[in-house]
Amino acid sequence: MNASTVTPIGAPVRRKEDKRFITGKGRYTDDLSRPGQAHAYFLRSPYAHARIRTIDTAAAAEMPGVVGVLTGRDLAQDGLGGLICGWMINSKDGSPMRAGAHPALAVDTVRYVGDHVAVVIAETLNLAKDAAAALAVEYEVLPAVPDLAVAQAQGAAQIHEAAPNNTVFEWELGDRAAVEAAFAQAAHVTEIDIVNNRLAPNPMEPRAAIGEYDAGDEAYTLWTTSQNPHVARLVLSAFVGLAPENKLRVIAPDVGGGFGSKIFIYAEETVCAWAAKKVGRPVKWTCERGEAFLCDAHGRDHVTKGRLALDAQGKILGFQVKTIANMGAYLSTFASCVPTYLYATLLSGQYAIPAIYCEVDAVYTNTAPVDAYRGAGRPEATFLVERIVDKAARELGIDPAEMRRRNFITAFPHQTPVIMCYDAGDYAASLDKALEMADYAGFPARRAEAERRGKLRGIGLSNYIEACGIAPSAAVGSLGAGVGLWESAEVRVNPTGNVEVLTGSHSHGQGHETTFAQLVSARLGIPIDQVTVIHGDTDKVQFGMGTYGSRSGAVGMSAIVKALDKVEAKAKKIAAHILEASEGDIEFKDGRFSVAGTDRGLAFAEVALNAYVAHKFPTSEIEPGLKEGAFYDPTNFTFPAGCHVCELEVDPETGTTEIVNWIAVDDFGTVINPMIVEGQVHGGIAQGVGQALMERVAYDGEGQLVTGSYMDYQMPRAEDFPAFKVGMTETRCPSNPLGMKGCGEAGAIAAPPAVINALADALGTQDISMPATPAKVWAIAQARVTRQAAE
Amino acid sequence: MYAFDYRRPSALDEVVSLLGGLEEPKLLAGGQTLLPTLKQRLAQPGTLVDLAGIPGLADIAAEGGGVRIGAMATHARVATSDVVRAAIPALAELAAVIGDPAVRNRGTIGGSVANNDPTADYPAACLALGAMIVTTARRIPADEFFAGLFETALGEDEVIVAIEFPRPELAAYRKFRNPASRYAMAGVFVARTGEGVRVAVTGAGQSGVFRWGAAEAALTDDFTAAALESVPLDASDLMSDLHGGADYRAQLVKVMAKRAVEAAAR
Repeated sequence: MNASTVTPIGAPVRRKEDKRFITGKGRYTDDLSRPGQAHAYFLRSPYAHARIRTIDTAAAAEMPGVVGVLTGRDLAQDGLGGLICGWMINSKDGSPMRAGAHPALAVDTVRYVGDHVAVVIAETLNLAKDAAAALAVEYEVLPAVPDLAVAQAQGAAQIHEAAPNNTVFEWELGDRAAVEAAFAQAAHVTEIDIVNNRLAPNPMEPRAAIGEYDAGDEAYTLWTTSQNPHVARLVLSAFVGLAPENKLRVIAPDVGGGFGSKIFIYAEETVCAWAAKKVGRPVKWTCERGEAFLCDAHGRDHVTKGRLALDAQGKILGFQVKTIANMGAYLSTFASCVPTYLYATLLSGQYAIPAIYCEVDAVYTNTAPVDAYRGAGRPEATFLVERIVDKAARELGIDPAEMRRRNFITAFPHQTPVIMCYDAGDYAASLDKALEMADYAGFPARRAEAERRGKLRGIGLSNYIEACGIAPSAAVGSLGAGVGLWESAEVRVNPTGNVEVLTGSHSHGQGHETTFAQLVSARLGIPIDQVTVIHGDTDKVQFGMGTYGSRSGAVGMSAIVKALDKVEAKAKKIAAHILEASEGDIEFKDGRFSVAGTDRGLAFAEVALNAYVAHKFPTSEIEPGLKEGAFYDPTNFTFPAGCHVCELEVDPETGTTEIVNWIAVDDFGTVINPMIVEGQVHGGIAQGVGQALMERVAYDGEGQLVTGSYMDYQMPRAEDFPAFKVGMTETRCPSNPLGMKGCGEAGAIAAPPAVINALADALGTQDISMPATPAKVWAIAQARVTRQAAE
Repeated sequence: MYAFDYRRPSALDEVVSLLGGLEEPKLLAGGQTLLPTLKQRLAQPGTLVDLAGIPGLADIAAEGGGVRIGAMATHARVATSDVVRAAIPALAELAAVIGDPAVRNRGTIGGSVANNDPTADYPAACLALGAMIVTTARRIPADEFFAGLFETALGEDEVIVAIEFPRPELAAYRKFRNPASRYAMAGVFVARTGEGVRVAVTGAGQSGVFRWGAAEAALTDDFTAAALESVPLDASDLMSDLHGGADYRAQLVKVMAKRAVEAAAR
């Protein structure tokens, strides 16, 4: 092989998997059918809070085509446990979080609209729906508490007996006394109130599951839309008690997006697997979009008060935060870590802040569970930090860019007051490049020109930082995580020299089949199409932790690098025997093992063949074969950071906001495939702008979901955006072998404050909540006209 | 979706007799509203009577200076019809911004008008242009046709055959889309004829499409956007929901009306 057939790191090579996807050859869970499969339909609670007096299944069971009707009592009778939350958070007083039970099917109480009451399994979905209409459920409707702001109030209805005042925990991080001292000497204090709006994740592919039970092997198989099939198997086995791990195979085939919502172990998937044995048939369920709005874990939903202490020059002295985080009606799989360790640990932003203190109350409400959604805690932190810094700049009359510059962290490593130790970065470099790309200096002229057209133009910055590459196992263990967050890989070299990579990461849109193959191609000097990436099947792949938190590059690929190191080391031993040279004299370069200083050498494929033929080396010293596995546990988080600039125009007549320019300058460390990375940035910005301008899950006072379809829940569309201008700066991550940081969530983290800061600039007020819909913006613009008229 | 029977007659009299004889029949005229409704089990018709097999029902022809558009003409055909574009370009432009390409290629003018969704576009054109709704039984002026939310003057066994639009001197349609659904949140069709100006508003009214009398009077005197500046619109008759209050819709109606006048006068 010569180097020209190799795909090097940094090449914007097209995605290998796209041919399959865009020609309709992808195989998603709903594309699969099992012989004899029946279809599940879940009867869901129409009430936000109710006691179930009786469920009469007799009439439904007699309906045509019905295979089974199962309730929470059947689950309990079979000894299955409830769904779990895998991260223990302790309150300030040291007491453990107060979690209520979370049965997969309700036993005596339903706690949100969409909560699972019963499952009907029938020959077709239509027949299952017909039968579900014949289920007689007698409810005693209870007062509901859908509103986060009053959930802890005296007299509010209690959702779980285990959690008095609907409070799961009252947690804190940081040094309260130091922050109070900082405020005591502050020349200026900036305060902000923020509602971080609740979002629905909306992956293009809804969730789906097929459960199957093989009575001969006494083993289950679950095909499901999972970002982490091994974790799903572990939870279903060790906590739900469905089956021993070795009797449960979880397969996540092609998965069409997750954004976090497919990390979690949900009721429907659990029930499909369990019911397969119960009814003796494979059981299939595919979520309808309306069900996804009701039951997929939502994201965000914080109410926050922030206070920033500053000196007269705009240097930040201290930061105090109080947040109430909505958990919904049950604690989802990782719900508790999102508003705590994934949130408060990022409150230092890109700034040297001497003292930070944050309190977080997590509360139950009669709404769908809330868990990680693209960014998970870090968008909430970034929104707060970047909004309050911007507001402070305007209050002090300092240019927002200059304000940021005065407070940047410039020396690394930097220990923040909130656990994180930033390892590398150059925040001024991102800011400078972004301001130049945005022609920041030319903005006043553009604003004046827009004003002549009757438009209000604004520009906004967002200097975000996030913690990715989660995470060092011992560190997260000390913070309450129930699992380690390493990753695994196995590199199997075949006798003919091509390669399979088995990764514990899971691709559901990220392009791992390309990026990971690119890494192997570059390292082994073989063409990228000779590398196949295998993931998502617990029977094929060794235990892995899956994909979320922008970890697949920094952690997943580091595991592959470790395995490749071992492959190369063993191949060198074999080459040394064949070439009759000492192992230390063997060099490996451009896919060729050669004896240093000679023209003698072997191609990678020749060594691979010899490894399996095993004629030419002593198998007492070197085992035949060429296959190596590795587990990689990171030593630190990684810290992607950057600067986004949003420039927009408001039509004061209609309140419409048009984004006219978007600059993204990101430092992701080493970039393997810039095309894929740019795609991640684009998608993230779109979702972030969705949060800022469009998206909001709304419940009414009775806890009914108001935004239950795309008729009322606004998603971002291509026409809502200009062409993004994406730039990069690079500081390598020092803690992993490739120097990678992670790129999957950056856009969604950076974008919301950039938009709202730009709107604040355009409208001349800081009082703008998300989503800044046209109606809301129009009202603000009207008030501005009235104000100006009064002046 | 519940089970239903399906018929595809080849003549209008057959349709009428099916409507009279079947249990719970429902006309299928493109199905862009009906099929999603069926999929969500929000309707349970006994038989769908598909109008797609009737010859000539999608024809578009110039007639008396205006145009006659067959009930089964899709939005895409109206949008691209040379006949419509020559006679009433504003109507073709309206058809071109209904829904999305999939909707425009399946949805029909007859289906839209018969459904009378309060956020649909065509009712505004019918009302502002003074269209005539031609049915299997009679000719119904648009002013007498639209009867509130999803209600029309159509009888049980009556089928829309065509819609006749007279040609205006000037006309234009402007709409503000609901940010989520992209249906009209305020759609205003303005048309000037020898008899005066008509202004029809869709998307905003609590009772569906309506004529804005005060604006018509003002524009008949002075066909300029400025003439609308101080024209009142009673917000208490307008819808209020998650996407905006009645006062916001009143503002949108006024802005869209002004923009329509500017476009028509251009």
